[in-house]
Amino acid sequence: MATRHSRSAARLMMAPAVILLLGWMLVPLTMTLYFSFKRYLPMRGDSLERGLDWVGFENYARFIGSSSFWPSVQATLLIVGGVLVITVILGILLAILLDQPFWGQGIVRILVIAPFFVMPTVSALVWKNMMMDPVNGMFAHLWRFFGAEPVSWMSDASVQSIILIVSWQWLPFATLILLTAIQSLDSEQLEAAEMDGAPVLARFFYIILPHLGRAITIVILIQTIFLLSIFAEIFVTTGGSFGTRTLTYLIFQRVVDSQNIGLGSAGGVYAIILANIVALFLMRIVGKNLDR
Amino acid sequence: MARAVSTRRKIVTTAVAWAIGLLIFFPIYWTILTSFKTEAQAINNPPLFWGFDFTLENYAVVQERSDYMRFLWNSVVIAGGSTLIGILVAVPAAWSMAFVPSRRTKDILLWMLSTKMLPAVGVLYPISLIFVQFNLLDTRIGLTLVLMLINLPIIVWMLYTYFREIPVDILEAARMDGAGLRQEILYVLTPMAIPGIASTVLLNIILAWNEAFWTLTLTAANAAPLTAFIASYSSPEGLFYAKLSAASTMAIAPILILGWFSQKQLVRGLTFGAVK
Repeated sequence: MATRHSRSAARLMMAPAVILLLGWMLVPLTMTLYFSFKRYLPMRGDSLERGLDWVGFENYARFIGSSSFWPSVQATLLIVGGVLVITVILGILLAILLDQPFWGQGIVRILVIAPFFVMPTVSALVWKNMMMDPVNGMFAHLWRFFGAEPVSWMSDASVQSIILIVSWQWLPFATLILLTAIQSLDSEQLEAAEMDGAPVLARFFYIILPHLGRAITIVILIQTIFLLSIFAEIFVTTGGSFGTRTLTYLIFQRVVDSQNIGLGSAGGVYAIILANIVALFLMRIVGKNLDR
Repeated sequence: MARAVSTRRKIVTTAVAWAIGLLIFFPIYWTILTSFKTEAQAINNPPLFWGFDFTLENYAVVQERSDYMRFLWNSVVIAGGSTLIGILVAVPAAWSMAFVPSRRTKDILLWMLSTKMLPAVGVLYPISLIFVQFNLLDTRIGLTLVLMLINLPIIVWMLYTYFREIPVDILEAARMDGAGLRQEILYVLTPMAIPGIASTVLLNIILAWNEAFWTLTLTAANAAPLTAFIASYSSPEGLFYAKLSAASTMAIAPILILGWFSQKQLVRGLTFGAVK
């Protein structure tokens, strides 16, 4: 058993990581909270040296009251929801497919996983220009080949375009996790069901899907946390126009473009609360796993 | 036991799987292919899949015009540095939590995880303010520290799940033989921990290499890594397909290769050990 000596040594070894993360969390968070109750427009002469005016909850009210707030919530929900639906459904199908025996399994797996390693700025630009450009993009060539009028994806179907790009980036993640989960499924159970004459769909809904339940929950929660804060994909494609201004992007614009720190900080606090609600569910699942 | 599968079914599965795999990989393939074309061939109608003049000119131009090597070096320093510091901080913490667990270990782990959930945009202004105050804006050291901090929870978690798999009996045996804490760490633990540490390093280099919020907002000319290098190609006047393709290929090639070696670790690292 651990002695008292090793206990204090353990505490000492944990200290650097705990102190660093505590600082990383508390210092900026406190500042954001502080600014969110202040009038702070550096462009109009407000400065920290001269002191900032306390405005109570005005920034919070104005952030929600602004005409761009609800559209940004809608864009966020559409993008996060769309990507989740696509990656989870396709991820399950792909995971089942990759679990089957076929020739070249290793290579196909590599091809499917590759998008995850492409940095967000590259995948966004490649899709925007090489795939979706209305003149030279691959889609435009395809559309013309079938006699259709090419689509200006980034302006006419901007939200769908972002969903497509982000889904492409996250599909490998969902597939990999679901594949790992499927591989832990007892194959004898499946074989028994097959021998008993259970049809494919029944096997899927009664054996595979229930087994995947936990993995699907984890995919949804982790992706939601990352998807709520996607930034680069919008930054280099539409720049937040054409209805793609998500909550994250709106806050970014309030802070960086309009230099309204108080308003942006209030938005930041909303984003932090939102992320924490999702995180709470994730932590419960992960926490349960620790108790084994 | 391997399932017996009819050859016909295997052929169909092979065809479908390859078709889907190639479809998903297509944008990357097309980018790499286009990077070897001339600008005129890159926008040819119909698109050229073969029969074009293979040229390396785009790579030379990209390097010359936007100084690719400098961005690459920044990426290497920032991704490598943040991972190295992160490992140095995380190994002792994960070690003590895995081998000398206390009542609060679980809470500490979950709390660390929760700091990862903090939306970056919510603390963008405070961080830039701190950066200005300490002259860290657009420096490699500043970015290295931030990326180390945002990935530290993942590093601790991954190491923790790996360390927990090391059988405690071995430690007890070593203690019985009179090994002190130092020897225990040096001769018993380290050799068993190295594979886990290596996987953690690999995954975190990838995460840091591809990080695209702080690298875009906290850098300008000096410390900008490859994520920012590519973002500069988003302006319409800089739009040349073959050059964009060459720049993209150069930005993703190093990490694509590294990534393929780390598929397994990816699952464990990104699910915080919840799926193995």
